Amino acid sequence: MATTTRRRTVELPDHPDFLWVADQKPKKSYDVIIIGAGGHGLATAYYLAKNHGITNVAVIEKGWLAGGNMGRNTTIIRSNYLWDESAGIYDHSLKLWENLEEEVGYEMFFSQRGVMTLAHSVSDVRSKQRNFYANHVNAVDSVWLTPNEIKEIAPIVNISEDIRYPVMGATFQPRGGIAKHDWVAWGYAKAAADMGVDIIQNCEVTGFKIVDGKVQGIKTTQGDIAANKVGMVAAGHTSVLSKMAGFDVPLQSRPLQALVSELNEQVLDTVIMSGAVHVYVSQAHKGELVMGAGTDSYNSYAQRGGFHVIEHQLAAACELFPIFERAHMLRTWGGIVDIAPDASPIIGLTPVENLFINSGWGTGGFKATPGSGWVMAATIASGEPDALAKPYALDRFISGHLIDEHGAAGVAH
Amino acid sequence: MLHIPCPYCGPRDETEFHYGSEAHVAYPENSANLTDEEWAKFVFIRSNPKGWMAERWVHSAGCRRWFNVWRNTINHEFGPSYKPFTQQPKSPA
Repeated sequence: MATTTRRRTVELPDHPDFLWVADQKPKKSYDVIIIGAGGHGLATAYYLAKNHGITNVAVIEKGWLAGGNMGRNTTIIRSNYLWDESAGIYDHSLKLWENLEEEVGYEMFFSQRGVMTLAHSVSDVRSKQRNFYANHVNAVDSVWLTPNEIKEIAPIVNISEDIRYPVMGATFQPRGGIAKHDWVAWGYAKAAADMGVDIIQNCEVTGFKIVDGKVQGIKTTQGDIAANKVGMVAAGHTSVLSKMAGFDVPLQSRPLQALVSELNEQVLDTVIMSGAVHVYVSQAHKGELVMGAGTDSYNSYAQRGGFHVIEHQLAAACELFPIFERAHMLRTWGGIVDIAPDASPIIGLTPVENLFINSGWGTGGFKATPGSGWVMAATIASGEPDALAKPYALDRFISGHLIDEHGAAGVAH
Repeated sequence: MLHIPCPYCGPRDETEFHYGSEAHVAYPENSANLTDEEWAKFVFIRSNPKGWMAERWVHSAGCRRWFNVWRNTINHEFGPSYKPFTQQPKSPA
């Protein structure tokens, strides 16, 4: 790759071209192939090498590293979920976040500025308080805030009772926060590459080599690659891959949009979410307001959605935060999220031997990046589901043991 | 925003509609005899294709009627729309 003449500063990380071999070509075979160089795929490769000593690993990416949902999310990190299974995996993830920069040796701007989830009606208050008590039972930090306490933490919130969606209370997780998503991916990629993992971009999977129900390798646009084990970590394209491998997954691919403003003075030093009105917002370190909207209603692989979804989101944002009325939004974009019927991930074995799945993170996968990689690596290394991943097996849709975070988390997940 | 061809009213803005997901998912016959695997397939599995898809919409803020339409999930292009219980047009692909 061409070198860049950009001057390096102490504030910026190394240019990503120097962090791994950018034009890596695939070898003939690997012990493990991970499909998808997003956050979860890179984290899986990193923990395979770090925790399990498996370094003959390739991460295959059809586009560019972290060019999918890893580069498109709103970077919110929290673990205050309702169900025990969710608390297990998301809080494990949050604990990993708390030491990640030191462990990986790379700046990620991880900031535990707290995440506030607003309640706007009596039933909303009841369901959020149920969530708050469940968090306590699971030893996940959680605080209940009155409107005045919300105002103390975030003075720009409109707590008037005379608005369409009045703020009646909130749960607050002080350990929650944000991180800089590109740098998270680059940090994992660099650390994995340093341990011997090959990262192969512009290499699309076109099929699997499966003999007697056992995966032997993959077919790609850069030729066939043999592997003992293969992990699919492909988010919105999981259905496409599973079709190639000959089994069904209960996933729907939908656009999820986000948007960002011009640089503003710092006005918000926490993260505020509202499932009821489909707003979630934080202010990035440079000063952009980073906001997420709801999913579009229809299936799509187009990485874009309708503007009316953005309009709906901004209308609610302007009522909740009147100061935002004068902010200029610069860009909107979409990513394709894979949503399971219970809005919880699908992790574990598949009907094909030695082919593993990690998908269904839907609208909330970024926060789970470290934990997801951790349990996926353990599952691939041992061939058995990791304890934290076990409830998320594909067969829960047959047994009926759903982990229904749809009701618990709403859209803002 | 999508411009959705309602077979009764003609093309209208997406905000007038609600989505009904994949079309032609029939309730299973002999439902009393289905295994758990078969129930899971009916309740949870939908095709989620990358490309042309036959799907249902309801024109909630218009004629309030359900219909089916072909749409390409790669670029949101619409194919023919058609009324329920009529012959399904061929996939535009």
